[in-house]
Amino acid sequence: MARTASTGQKIAWTVVAWVIALVIFFPILYTIITSFKTEPEAIAGISLIPSGTFQNYIDVETQRDYFRPFMNSVIISLGSTVLALIVAIPAAWSMAFSPTRRTKDILMWMLSTKMMPAVAVLVPIYLLFRDWGLLDSRIGLTLMLTLINLPIVVWMLYTYFREIPGEILEASRMDGASLWNEIVYVLTPMAVPGIASTLLLNIILAWNESFWTIRLTTTNAAPLTAFIASFSSPQGLFWAKLSAASTMAIAPILIMGWFSQRQLVRGLTFGAVK
Amino acid sequence: MKLKTLMLGACSMLAIAGTAQAQSTTLTIATVNNGDMIRMQSLTEDFTTKNPDIQLNWVTLEENVLRERVTTDVATKGGQYDVMTIGNYEVPIWAKQGWLLPLDNLGADYDVDDLLPSIRSGLEMDGKLYAAPFYGESAMLMYRTDLFEKAGITMPEDPTWEFIADAARKITDRDANLSGICLRGKAGWGENMAFLTALNNSFGGRWFDENWKPQFDQPEWKESLQFYVNLMKDAGPSGASSNGFNENLTLFQQGQCGMWMDATVAASFVADPKNSTVADKVGYAMFPSKEGVDNHGNWLWSWNLAIPAGSTKADAAQKFISWATSKGYTELVASKESWAAVPPGTRTSLYENAEYKKEPFAEPTFKAIQAANITKPTVKPVPYIGGQWVSIPEFQSLGTTVGQLFSAALAGQTSVDDALAQAQQVSTREMTRGGYIK
Repeated sequence: MARTASTGQKIAWTVVAWVIALVIFFPILYTIITSFKTEPEAIAGISLIPSGTFQNYIDVETQRDYFRPFMNSVIISLGSTVLALIVAIPAAWSMAFSPTRRTKDILMWMLSTKMMPAVAVLVPIYLLFRDWGLLDSRIGLTLMLTLINLPIVVWMLYTYFREIPGEILEASRMDGASLWNEIVYVLTPMAVPGIASTLLLNIILAWNESFWTIRLTTTNAAPLTAFIASFSSPQGLFWAKLSAASTMAIAPILIMGWFSQRQLVRGLTFGAVK
Repeated sequence: MKLKTLMLGACSMLAIAGTAQAQSTTLTIATVNNGDMIRMQSLTEDFTTKNPDIQLNWVTLEENVLRERVTTDVATKGGQYDVMTIGNYEVPIWAKQGWLLPLDNLGADYDVDDLLPSIRSGLEMDGKLYAAPFYGESAMLMYRTDLFEKAGITMPEDPTWEFIADAARKITDRDANLSGICLRGKAGWGENMAFLTALNNSFGGRWFDENWKPQFDQPEWKESLQFYVNLMKDAGPSGASSNGFNENLTLFQQGQCGMWMDATVAASFVADPKNSTVADKVGYAMFPSKEGVDNHGNWLWSWNLAIPAGSTKADAAQKFISWATSKGYTELVASKESWAAVPPGTRTSLYENAEYKKEPFAEPTFKAIQAANITKPTVKPVPYIGGQWVSIPEFQSLGTTVGQLFSAALAGQTSVDDALAQAQQVSTREMTRGGYIK
């Protein structure tokens, strides 16, 4: 029997939800507000009313090229996501539908690579990239981000695939579907919400990744994370410009997230209610 | 026939492209995001016009990220950078490791003897220059002339810490949100430890004795740290343990500090009427010393341009460094912007220039830099060079750890005695581990 909430309860929950959402969103909101302030205003203290200057955006645009890092971010995050999905879908399929005694161990091992601090492998990776000529290249960075996010992608897909009844796949096999047809025509369409949310989340993760993207690039492949980092300064007032640069860097992913929130929420809550 | 023609055409295009590429050299320059560096980037057209065969690519990063990034690259000979902006802390360590190329071809009109001796000495090894200074700084005292006048105090040119402490307590007005003194408290080897090391130098203390034994158990550290904590408690701003250069700059610009001791480069910010509410009320004096100790802290920092050993474009890189650190560049900045915007602290000729001398901070900056001697930072003998830092690779991490202990003492989370005892313990362990203490 479904419980019915009173109007008062509904209003209370709505207010709570809005307050939580505002608290979570506040840093981003404040960054956007600060980007429209002058430098002395930005550092003067908390104020939600900017003077409305666009000078910071003009300064950021004239000081550094925005387009190249933007394109690098797009290519690297999309490229690494597609590559990760190509590897992860068959891997998650095999683990979900043909598990062995060691499947759980493999999954844990994959996840354990995320537990190591990235800086611990900085020098070996840097040397490999140097020797293979991958430093400051989009291909190198795409590969790196693919490998970094692969464990999460496999885990997410594995969780979604487990929700799909194995009998449906069996039925397709009995109808004579090959392995390829089974994955492409039966499994994938059924897992679309899960794959979509994995794809979106992976794009966001790749877009925001800053450790490797800053350390393995100089100019040619430097994405928007490096663009933001270039506006941080130890001496002088650059908060407003830094905020403008950050706003420009997060705007594309924020807009993408806004439009795809339905898919994101659907995917993230997929299988939550049985 | 058609195919053959097409192939021939394609080959010639490739050959032309190849030749064009061979003629043009692209330099990748890593730099920090400081005002002077940004200005240099906007003025590079002057360089590229004079050197049409050299293109410039800039990589601008936050100081700590840049340091980590270029260290990785130079240590692995990654060859990603042709020119790097590094501090005078790194230069002797990296030159000794063979990570930097000597600058022996800066051109006939470079006038290397014009470089300020105190700055130049930190960039040379075996008589060879391994980095060229882009701008230099020492530390000095900036104070509010109006507040001093109101309190009836006259700032001597060469103040003592005792005088400063009295004046700070007198000026402090908690009701008016005015602190008598603002000093760095944020933990970090380049933050609070820069100031506290200079303070301790001026009290006659040192980081290590001649045998690399840490000296935090000696009376000078106890005296200087206790003095700092007491003074900040009585006359410092609230939350001082999280204040670094930028935070204090803001407080001073907003008229909330009576005095501020920090890098000389701050002078051009506090005297800038666009951002500072006290621009016309700032006086300058030497970094204080303790009564009876002839030492002004020996704070000396310079941002320098150097060529990593992995670069294959050393000739072009030297041309660029020569341009950016030359007398001609200072004249270029003065003509395009103003004399106040010229990168300070590297050349004697700048301080002999009548136009530049009109800037109120020019003379005090020059005096502060001249007074600094990083080869003899304190009255007692030391086995290291460095004013507000110690030129050993371990200092970045050790300095930050000790900085955290001292920041906690300032915040009242631990006592001065405990902080010093822990600092002694940590540094003894690190120095033993590093093989300095046998």
